[in-house]
Amino acid sequence: MALNVLRRTSKFGRLLGFTSPAVKNNMRILSVGQPALSKKEVEVTFIKANGDEIKAKGKVGDSLLDVVVNNNLDLDGFGACEGTLTCSTCHLILSPENYNSLPNKPSEEELDMLDLAYDLCDTSRLGCQIILEDNLDGLKVKVPATVNDARS
Amino acid sequence: MMKNRGLSILKRCFCSGNSIKPKICVVGGGPAGFYAAQHLAKKLENSQIDIMERLPVPFGLVRFGVAPDHPEVKNVIHTFTKTAESPNVNFYGNISLGKDISLEDLKQFYHIIILTYGAEQNKKLDIPGVNLKNVLPARNIVGWYNGVPSDKNLNINLNCETVAIIGQGNVAIDVARILLTPIDELKKTDITQHSLNQLSQSKIKKIVLIGRRGPLQAAFTIKELREMLKLKNCLTLWKNEDFETIETPIVEKLARPKKRITELMLKSVQEQKIINNEAKIFNPVFLRSPLEILGDNQVEKIVLGVNKLTGNDLLTQTATLTDQIETLDCDLVISSIGYKSIQADPNIPFDLNKGIIKNTKGKIDAGLYTSGWLGTGPVGVILSTMSNAFAVTEQIIEDIPKDNLLKNPKPGFEGARKILDQKNVQLVTWKDWAKIDKYEISLGEKAGKPREKIVDIEQMLKIASS
Repeated sequence: MALNVLRRTSKFGRLLGFTSPAVKNNMRILSVGQPALSKKEVEVTFIKANGDEIKAKGKVGDSLLDVVVNNNLDLDGFGACEGTLTCSTCHLILSPENYNSLPNKPSEEELDMLDLAYDLCDTSRLGCQIILEDNLDGLKVKVPATVNDARS
Repeated sequence: MMKNRGLSILKRCFCSGNSIKPKICVVGGGPAGFYAAQHLAKKLENSQIDIMERLPVPFGLVRFGVAPDHPEVKNVIHTFTKTAESPNVNFYGNISLGKDISLEDLKQFYHIIILTYGAEQNKKLDIPGVNLKNVLPARNIVGWYNGVPSDKNLNINLNCETVAIIGQGNVAIDVARILLTPIDELKKTDITQHSLNQLSQSKIKKIVLIGRRGPLQAAFTIKELREMLKLKNCLTLWKNEDFETIETPIVEKLARPKKRITELMLKSVQEQKIINNEAKIFNPVFLRSPLEILGDNQVEKIVLGVNKLTGNDLLTQTATLTDQIETLDCDLVISSIGYKSIQADPNIPFDLNKGIIKNTKGKIDAGLYTSGWLGTGPVGVILSTMSNAFAVTEQIIEDIPKDNLLKNPKPGFEGARKILDQKNVQLVTWKDWAKIDKYEISLGEKAGKPREKIVDIEQMLKIASS
């Protein structure tokens, strides 16, 4: 329980704790568009390098980085630049089917960042650039070892 | 959640093996130090982790290295702030290892010490003429525009047309980009006011970025190159002959990252033309080694030796000098050939040649570790530093029972504090940093910038104690 409270606090810390204007300007917008309540939820499974699976729910329109942040998932170092396409710490590996089914293809800027990632493969994407849709319910993605050390 | 709680209790028992609270000291408050602290704070919940930093302000190269026009990269500060505010982490600024406190002292007070103080020195360009005026290390120019206190009075003359930068890494590109970016763009960043004042008077027209080897071995990354290609009022010009041997079959065989950056260069080579005489010029040249800098008091030209590539593997080919030379007229020479670390304390086993601490995968000795550039050498992006810090901290967690690191209780910072008090060292806590942070942000607001960095240590300390 204590851990639970701690996690919740740190999550709100992340959302509310920074009030300086400079930080606010740089803050990611966590959700846009329709009011949150009316959005459909889809389930995503993150498969860690050691085989552990973490299931989490996200709303249609959220990015996979939003899902990790909003659910406070235990993925160390994930999303260092907070979705601004300047790092590759939210690198995820998709199945070829899922990769091909995504409507938005990676931009040059996303590919530039992926080129610096470890374990890069043809179906690599950045989590901050994958936006959830209805048909992605049940999506499974692999988290490469270097984002979340294999031994942990 | 039940599972997690069970796991963390298990970890606690497994890791300490007894009730002794692990006291851990991280020396260096940059990315390596913060990532190590973050991982340990999570994995060893009953530990006390103290981050000691030489300067009164945290974040190392995230504050002093990341270019002012890359604010997004600095978002990682939010995560570091969360770490510093964790219940079992403390930050103490203004403590210099080897001066205010010794490694032997720290060993007495802490079970585990992680040295993460980075690579603050530059490798020296060793050719005749380096002592001429306006020959400067890139490191000092970065420090000058990013607010490193010791670089605030850098003697740089920008009343010049052509700049030669030796080296083609991302630091070289950062410096080139800052020198070529329109001043109105820079004004909106947290660049230091003293550098902004001088940059606004700059007469620089052209920057030549000189590399020893060829385009296939270039050290800059694709994001940095793409930014140069898109830079306002600046043309990127290449020498066609540098690309003559890079034919399609070779490019096709390259791994994706190398392939994409090579294709981007080739595309730019094909499209290059001077369409605007007003534009500034960014001119990467390959296969040239600096031999001598010439000038009467101030730099006037640089002599370059022409190299050829030898070796079978394309990507690891090395440069060999031919007897051909050429000279380039220039008024400012910037050497950007890499960083190295210093041996902060005589008891640190140090490899003077490589400029890093002697270590095996981060381990120096029982209870003594290193992470980040101090242990790996100055390469890689924040992801590499993060992975390295996580790997080293995992190693520490394995070693705690193996090396019996928690034999006796240790005082941790209370021990260190006595020594620091005797030496009248003003400690800068996280709360004190928050005052400096607030001050800098409000100063920036007045100038329409996200932050105006304080560049004077005395002033930092004054604000901290206010």
